[in-house]
Amino acid sequence: MTRISDAMQKKIKHFRYIMVQNPVTIFAFSLFGLIVFLAVFGPWITPYDPLATNATNTLKPPNWDHLFGTDHLGRDVFSRVIAATRLDLGIAVSAVALSFFIGSALGCSAGFWGGWTDRIVGRFSDTIMAFPLFVLAMGIVAAMGNTVANIIYATAIINLPFYARVARAETSIRRNAGYVFSARLCGSSDIRILATQVFPNILPPMMVQISLNMGWAILNAAGLSFIGLGVRPPDAEWGIMVAEGANYIISGEWWLAIFPGAALMLAVFCFNLLGDGLRDLVDPLRRT
Amino acid sequence: MAATPLLDIKGLSVEFRTRNGVVRAIENVNLELAKGEVLGIVGESGSGKSVTAFTVIGLLDGAGAPVAGSAKYDGIGVTDADETTMRDLRGREIAMIFQNPRAALNPIRPVGRQIEDVLLRHGLATHETARSRAIEMLKKVKIVEPELRYGSYPFELSGGMCQRVMIAIALACNPRLLIADEPTTGLDVTTQKATMDLVRDLTQDRKMAVVLITHDLGMAATYCNRIVVMEKGNVVETAPVATLFTAPQHPYTKKLIAASPGPNSTLDDLTLKSPSSSSPTVRLAASAKSPKSDKTGSRNILEVFNLVREFPVQQAVNGHWTWFNSSHDKKVFRAVDDISFNLKRGESLGLVGESGCGKSTTSSIITRLMDPTSGDVIFDGKNITALPARNFSRRPERSQIQMVFQDATDSLNPRHSAYDSISEPLKRLLGYRDERLIEKKVEVLAERVGLPQALLRRFPHQLSGGQKARVGIARAIAVDPKLLILDEPTSALDVSVQAVVLQLLDRLKHELGMSYIFVSHDLNVVRLMCERVVVMNRGKIVEQGNVNDVLRNPADPYTKALIAAIPNFEAKTSNPAPPLSMPTQSDLV
Repeated sequence: MTRISDAMQKKIKHFRYIMVQNPVTIFAFSLFGLIVFLAVFGPWITPYDPLATNATNTLKPPNWDHLFGTDHLGRDVFSRVIAATRLDLGIAVSAVALSFFIGSALGCSAGFWGGWTDRIVGRFSDTIMAFPLFVLAMGIVAAMGNTVANIIYATAIINLPFYARVARAETSIRRNAGYVFSARLCGSSDIRILATQVFPNILPPMMVQISLNMGWAILNAAGLSFIGLGVRPPDAEWGIMVAEGANYIISGEWWLAIFPGAALMLAVFCFNLLGDGLRDLVDPLRRT
Repeated sequence: MAATPLLDIKGLSVEFRTRNGVVRAIENVNLELAKGEVLGIVGESGSGKSVTAFTVIGLLDGAGAPVAGSAKYDGIGVTDADETTMRDLRGREIAMIFQNPRAALNPIRPVGRQIEDVLLRHGLATHETARSRAIEMLKKVKIVEPELRYGSYPFELSGGMCQRVMIAIALACNPRLLIADEPTTGLDVTTQKATMDLVRDLTQDRKMAVVLITHDLGMAATYCNRIVVMEKGNVVETAPVATLFTAPQHPYTKKLIAASPGPNSTLDDLTLKSPSSSSPTVRLAASAKSPKSDKTGSRNILEVFNLVREFPVQQAVNGHWTWFNSSHDKKVFRAVDDISFNLKRGESLGLVGESGCGKSTTSSIITRLMDPTSGDVIFDGKNITALPARNFSRRPERSQIQMVFQDATDSLNPRHSAYDSISEPLKRLLGYRDERLIEKKVEVLAERVGLPQALLRRFPHQLSGGQKARVGIARAIAVDPKLLILDEPTSALDVSVQAVVLQLLDRLKHELGMSYIFVSHDLNVVRLMCERVVVMNRGKIVEQGNVNDVLRNPADPYTKALIAAIPNFEAKTSNPAPPLSMPTQSDLV
C-alpha cells in the first residue's frame, strides 16, 4: 500500500518538476486542461442553449449579453463555441487513438521482423502518403457516407502512415538491444517482447507524434465539416461555424467566423506545444 | 625541471550545473607537464580525468565552467582565453585524439580531406600542396597505400585505421602537446599496441609532450614517464612510473594497482581485504562442493561438434546492390568455421579472441539465440541444435542455459526497474505467479549478488555500472541455470568494480555448481576465471588447452602475438618504456 502511494508521490513530484522546468509546458497543460474541461462540462456551463434560435435577435455584435455576439438565426456564438469543443475533441481523440494503435502495431511489426512484413507495411503507408491527404479523407467520407463516425475513420486512415513510420524506425533501433535478447533468454515470445520490452520504450517519440497529430486531426475534422462533410447543421462544430460565418464577413459580421476560428487555432496551438512536455513525462530517463 | 613547464595547471576546479544542483567535477587539480614529457592521467570513470583535458583544450560542455585556479599553456591562460585564441591553439599547438575514432571522424568526408582541413585552417598548406601533405601524413601513420586511402571514407576503414587517421589529423600541424583521451578503448589488444607504439614513436621524434588519459594502468606504465592518479576529481598521487608501481603511497593507488589483473595475480589479490574477510569460507564451500561435482564430472555438460555459421554477404552486381539473393552465386562469410570443443560440469572455459573472430556468434549459437549453418551442440546429453532457435524458448532447456551480457546498460530495459528485470525470468520460465513468492526469491537473489534491497525499485539509469552488472547476473542465475555464458561481463566496468564482480562470479559458480563459458578479450581476466581456454581467430580455433599452459607457453603465433600485446606494469617497474618491436603486428592490423 505504502509502495503504491510512494510511486504516486514520485509521479506527482516528477510532473511538478517537468512543469517548473518549462513555463511553456505549464501554459500548454493549463490550456489543455481548459479544453478538456469545456469538452466535459460544456453543455452545463453555456449561458444559452447552443441550438435555440431567436428570430428577434439575429446578427448582433458582441455585447455583455452575448459575449461573442449572435448568428444569423439568433443563436449565441459563445455557447456554440463552447458546445463545439466536445464534438471536435471527441473526433480528434478517437481518430488519433485509432491511428496510434493500428499504426504502432503495424510499425512495430515492420521494424521488428523486417523482411516481407516491412516491405508490405512500408509500401502500404507509401501508398496512403502518395495521395493528397485531405482529398483522400474527403473521398473516404464521400464514399462511406456522410457521418461523424466516418470522419473519424477517414482522419485515422490518413494519419496511419506517420505512426507506422515513427514506430518502425524506433523499433528497428531497439530490435537488437541487449534487453531484447535477455527477454528472449527468459523465454519470451516475439509478441511478448514487442509488447513488454520494445513498445514501452518507443512511447516518448510516439507521444510527440500524438500531440502534433491531435492538432492536425482537429484541423482535419473542422476542414471536412467546413466543406460540408460529416457534421451537419444545426450541430455546433468549429469548422461548420466558420463556414457559415464566412458568408457574413463581407457584410461586416466578423464575429461569426472569428471566434470559432480562434478557438480552433488555440486548440491546435495547445496540442503543438504539449508535445515536449508529454515526452518528458513518459520518458523514464527524465526521472531521478 | 628548471625550465617553465609547457602545461601548468594550478588549483583548477571545474563545476557543472545539473538538475541536482552544482556538481564539482574536479577540485584543486595541480599538474605540470614539461616539454617532451609523457604524462599519464589514470583514474576510474567519474574521476575527472577527461574534464581536466577538456578544460585545457577549451572544449568543456556548456554546463561546465572553471570556477577557480588557472591552466596555462606556454604562458597563455587557456581558462580565460577568448574563443579566437583558443581556435588558433587547438590543432596548431594542442591536438587531441578522442575515445571513439569512428565517431570523431566526419563520416561523409574522405579521410584525406579531413587531414587537409586542419592543415588549411592553420595555414600550413596551400590548396596545391595540401593533398601531398595529407598523403605524407597518412604514410607517416603507417597506413598502407596512402594514395588510395586518401579518398576512403571512415566506414571503409577498420577501427585501428580510423584511429591512425585521427593521429594523422592530430599531428598534421606539428603541435607541441598531444592529449590522448582513452585512445584505444574499443580496439583489440594487438591494434591497441600498434596504435600506441605509433603514437610513442611519432611523438618521441618530434619531442612532443603527451597527456595520455587512460583507465588501464598497464598501458600507462608502458607508455608514460610520469603518472597522475585521480579519484573523484582530486589528484591523489603523482609519481614517476617506476616509483608509483613499486611504492604506491595513496590507498586509492594501491587499490587500483591491486585490482588490475596482471600475469601473476590471483582472484583474491584483486581486492585489498582485511584478513578477516569471507574468502576462506568461500574456498571451503568450494572444496566441499568439488568432490560431488567430480563424481559426475566425467561427463561433459556441453559438447560442440564441427560448428559452422555462415552469413550471406551482400555483394554488388554490375555496380548495383542486389535486391534478391539468387541462390547459386551467393557469397558467404564464415563467422564460425568448423569448431569443436567441450565443457565439463563445473568447469570454466575461456573463449578468447579479437573482435570479429566469431566468439560472440559461437556464444549466440550455444545460447540458442541463433541457428548454426551446420554442426551440433550437445547439452547435457541432448542435441539442442535439433530445434530451431525460434522454438527454443518453450523448451525446458531454456532455463538451463543463461547468459550475462557485455553491456549491462544495454541489456536492461530502461523502463523496467531492477526488480522487474530480475523477476522476469521467474515469471516466464518458472511460471511463478504468486507475487509474494517472487518478491522473496528476488530478495534472495539480490542478496546473493550483493545488491542492496533499496536499489531493487530503481531504474537502470539510476544505478552504477557495477550495480547494473549485478542486476544482470541476478537475472541470469534466477532460474538456476547449469550453464552460464558470460559475454565480456566486465569490459564496461572500472577495474576496481571488475575485481569485485569477478570475485562474485567465482563465488557463485562454486555455490551454485554452474559451468561457465567466459567470453573475453582480456587474457589476464580469463586466466583468473577459467581452467581451460579456447583461442579463436577468424572463426577457427587456433589453440586450446589448460589456461596456464596456453598463456605461459603459447604454441600458435597468433596466441603469442595476443599475449605479447597486453600492456602490463609488473615487468615495467624496473625499466620504463623499453622500445618494444613486434614483427607480426603489421600482419595483424
